[in-house]
Amino acid sequence: MSESASDKTNSTATTQQDAALQGTVGDGDQYLTFTLGDEEYGVDILRVQEIRAWDTATPIPNTPPYVKGVINMRGTIVPVVDLRERFGMETLEYTQFTVVVLVKVIHGDRERIMGLIVDALSEVYGINEDQLRPPPEFGTVIRTDFIRGLATMEDKMVIVLDVDSLLGEDAGVGGASD
Amino acid sequence: MSIDMNQFLQTFFEESFEGLDDMENGLLNMTAGEPDVEQLNDIFRAAHSIKGGAGTFGLTSVTDLTHKLETLLDRLREGESEVTTDGINLLLESVDCLRSLLQAERDGSEADPEQAADITTRLAAMVDGDNGDDSAGAHEDAGSADEGNGGGGSGPGGGWRISFTPEPHLFMTGNDPLRLLEELSELGEIQVRCDSSSLPALPDLDPEQCVLSWTIELYGDVQREAIEEVFEWVEDDCSLTIAPLEPVSGNTAATELETAPESQAAGAGEVADETQQQKPAQQSGGGGNASTSSSIRVDTGKIDNLIDMVGELVITQSMLNELGENFTMDRLEKLQDGLAQLERNTRELQENVMRIRMVPISFAYSRLPRMVHDLMRQLGKKVDLQLNGEETELDKTVMEKIIDPLVHLVRNAMDHGIEPPEKRVELGKPETGTLEMNAYHKGGYIVIEINDDGGGISRDRLLNKARDAGLVENGAELSDEQVFDFIFHPGLSTHDEATDVSGRGVGMDVVKRNIKALGGNITVNSTPGKGTRFAIHLPLTLSILDGQLFRVGDQVYVVPLISIMESLQMQGGKIKRMAGTSELYEWRDDYIPIIRLRELFNEAGGGDLENELMVVVEEDDRYVGLHVDELLGQQQVVIKSLKSNYRPVTGFAGATILGNGTVALILDIAGLLELAQARDEVLTNGANN
Repeated sequence: MSESASDKTNSTATTQQDAALQGTVGDGDQYLTFTLGDEEYGVDILRVQEIRAWDTATPIPNTPPYVKGVINMRGTIVPVVDLRERFGMETLEYTQFTVVVLVKVIHGDRERIMGLIVDALSEVYGINEDQLRPPPEFGTVIRTDFIRGLATMEDKMVIVLDVDSLLGEDAGVGGASD
Repeated sequence: MSIDMNQFLQTFFEESFEGLDDMENGLLNMTAGEPDVEQLNDIFRAAHSIKGGAGTFGLTSVTDLTHKLETLLDRLREGESEVTTDGINLLLESVDCLRSLLQAERDGSEADPEQAADITTRLAAMVDGDNGDDSAGAHEDAGSADEGNGGGGSGPGGGWRISFTPEPHLFMTGNDPLRLLEELSELGEIQVRCDSSSLPALPDLDPEQCVLSWTIELYGDVQREAIEEVFEWVEDDCSLTIAPLEPVSGNTAATELETAPESQAAGAGEVADETQQQKPAQQSGGGGNASTSSSIRVDTGKIDNLIDMVGELVITQSMLNELGENFTMDRLEKLQDGLAQLERNTRELQENVMRIRMVPISFAYSRLPRMVHDLMRQLGKKVDLQLNGEETELDKTVMEKIIDPLVHLVRNAMDHGIEPPEKRVELGKPETGTLEMNAYHKGGYIVIEINDDGGGISRDRLLNKARDAGLVENGAELSDEQVFDFIFHPGLSTHDEATDVSGRGVGMDVVKRNIKALGGNITVNSTPGKGTRFAIHLPLTLSILDGQLFRVGDQVYVVPLISIMESLQMQGGKIKRMAGTSELYEWRDDYIPIIRLRELFNEAGGGDLENELMVVVEEDDRYVGLHVDELLGQQQVVIKSLKSNYRPVTGFAGATILGNGTVALILDIAGLLELAQARDEVLTNGANN
């Protein structure tokens, strides 16, 4: 993964100038965006492993309520997290549009796959590093270390999430020792 | 040579460690004064392969030591030296030293050079010690020294004279002298003379035999190693001498002999005497995965079986496919047959795939003879170690984790069990004690037994110790089984004095804990004066367990069948209460706590327990009743990790995927008890406030 990260920085360096000249979307790192209500959130597309429709999960007793349980991803057991509940938003009934975005979470030297339950998928945007604005230091209910930055895309604000800090915590700090 | 050697290095290490194990085993089976030529040959071959491989990879320290080892072995083999106990022990030490050298090379760490030097000197001393009246050995040594001289003095600017006489079968090994000559010509200017004197008359000529030999003069400043590298792949199949072109004066030769890098000297000697070995060293190259982590050697028979099975599966699948395309109701029976066949194929395939992970228990046994050998010397006891059931297979992970407990038990038996020879004679027992190990399969489990014919465990003494430690109430009557079980209690040792080997009362509890952690158990039985028997029961594999499925709320859970004592319907009269909340159940003359899983899993519901179902489970001699909503079937489940993508969850050992694709959690009874206790503490604290 460190490889692809360095690749990214390279490509960012080369395309930064072009993008700055053109001032348009479509270049830079690719982000998959999804919606929670009318808000739009983005995650690094290189981290997305799979997208699937919501299906029942097996709840794990005595875990935080936003951990909806575990699902079977082609033979491996993967936990899924309801992002609305994680952010303390009003919960919704799951519908046919509810999707689970399975992302790779890197925590320490371990990689895990975890699922995010979101309302619906939206777009794929190319966002440059310099288009990312830091989140305001207060006035947000979401912890700022979960947010990599805010970007404006087609007049909408996209909240780019840092999945490692968002989900790494749930995977247990120091859980690297199996 | 532009082949990437690193990919073979891993294979070389694996093979070498196996070779060392073989050598060790062979040496342990040898008796002083009775050389067994077959066995010596085996040991020699193993050493030789290691030397060959080490030479290829340029591990000079290993080559060096192995060469000395070979010289000694060769003398033993030829009957020129006596096989003595000291000799065997020295050879064993050399094996240890080689192992640490190889380990250091593998891990990229530093080996202790003094150890190797010490062993080398002692090996040489042993060879020399026997040399006295033996001219053949002296001659050989002189020969290798001579060549060592050549190796050191790579006359700069001078050049080399190489005489190269291939064995007739050279072509069969895929080598071509022409290619070698071409490679040599790349090193410098060469002049080649071909000796065709062995060429037979045309009618007798076999074109597949190589009957020519060559003398090559190579001019220029070439390192000896460069030339050796050219011949690296054929050195076992030819007679090769490499000498400096300009004859050096005897005086310088002598000085250089002392200063010459020993490694090269040994390396050079090796080339010459290689031809004497009938068995060519196996090159450690030749494929194999360069996997860095753990690997497993699989019998090709198992793989062939798998391939057959997959073949059958494909046939069944295409038959079902065909059925599905033209399906009519009158072919229903055929469909059912096909599905049954599919099920059988799948099950067989699963069994066979699991079998790949199974390794024979001889892996675990292999450490024991050496340990027993060393302990016999250390303790001054005589023991005959008998290993039975070596072919019994068990899961590789289980195998790795059972080695330490086995070693511990054998140590204990040697130290406490078997008496010193004098005492044995006094007691009218044979002077040599017997330590017998058996391994066999028994209904889904593997049983490993360790029997000794030593003094046994004194039941009374153990019971007294247990009483002293306050483990037994006064007046309580205990069965033999219960008493002997105290041996696994931490801090309890019947040996009054602790020794180096064992006796501090730590260990047996660890042994039991390790075995429990593998899902097995250990029992002990002993007759004072006759001996002790430990029996270890282990599951065949860790990745599959026999589970009982049950329902709590909407969810299906699995509990390992091995933990279940009984499943029953609760009778109203047997449900008792404590402080109004804690519920106990009268079971087998005991009161056991009832855990309402609904409550523990935060499911709604509760109510009267009468006529409800309870599963009585055991964990570490504690019994609890789990209240469940419904008992479902029993089936084998594949254990999947929860923590690989999430984190360990108290109360659950993992998860599994059921037939319908959904996930079911597998209970961990120990964790569940922890959870229940934590909850009770909250309740008691609440009551106190």
